[in-house]
Amino acid sequence: MSSGEKYVAAAYGVFVVVVLVWVAILAAKLSRLERETGELAGLARARPAVGEHADG
Amino acid sequence: MSIAKPSLTVLASVAAALVTLSAVLIFVVAPEDADQGFSQKIFYVHVPIALTAYACFGLGAWKAYRLLATRGERYDLESYTGVHLGTIFGVLTLVTGAIWAKASWGVWWSWSSNQLVLFLVLFLFYCAYFMLRFSVEPGPRRERISAVYALFGVALIPVSFLAIRLANDFIHPTVFTRDGPQMTGEMFFAFCVSWASITLLAYVMYRVELAGKRIDANLRELREALQT
Repeated sequence: MSSGEKYVAAAYGVFVVVVLVWVAILAAKLSRLERETGELAGLARARPAVGEHADG
Repeated sequence: MSIAKPSLTVLASVAAALVTLSAVLIFVVAPEDADQGFSQKIFYVHVPIALTAYACFGLGAWKAYRLLATRGERYDLESYTGVHLGTIFGVLTLVTGAIWAKASWGVWWSWSSNQLVLFLVLFLFYCAYFMLRFSVEPGPRRERISAVYALFGVALIPVSFLAIRLANDFIHPTVFTRDGPQMTGEMFFAFCVSWASITLLAYVMYRVELAGKRIDANLRELREALQT
């Protein structure tokens, strides 16, 4: 591989790596959102329904 | 009459197809540059990334203007997302530019080049946007301060963009002149497809980021409502 080819590979590689890192960060965020949505669904289920008396 | 936004799935698929097509055009169809040789191929990724960074900062500033003009809360997240993506593409511009400079001229950076220094100033200006934004409590005050700052930064974009024409330095030769692009038809076509693909990819990233930030904000509100 010539030095020119190495520099071209490095430039395109940096671009691909940054996009992949962005995807990885997004995947981590998505799993956090999934967990938080589950927690909120649990909180909503634990609340008494509107109009329902707290003492049953 | 409103125009429906194209589906994110369709946009992402078109972006993926365009990125693949541009790779073929750059490495198979476009001829090697007689002067710089193979390293000139960096041009096809570096310049579109830089133009996309300008576009993202411009979008952030436009949304900031909309926020200040209409007081629409939704523009705050849109402006923030534009600046965020502009910063990502700004990092890429600086890194790919440094690699190209080293390959072609033997230096990673030149402080005497106005184009490089002005882009760095623009990039650092928008980096400081995050420090400012997160040093203020969330709310209308933070929205307004962030918007004013994002709007000020947009003045640096034409200065940075035109610096290449105003300064005759050795790092940045002018490729696009009044006589048209100084390259062959295949090279120009490959450049245009690459530019379109990276711009579309950035737009897809913008929409995904924005959706994530909106879900985050909605979940926060929902949590507060459920816990009271």
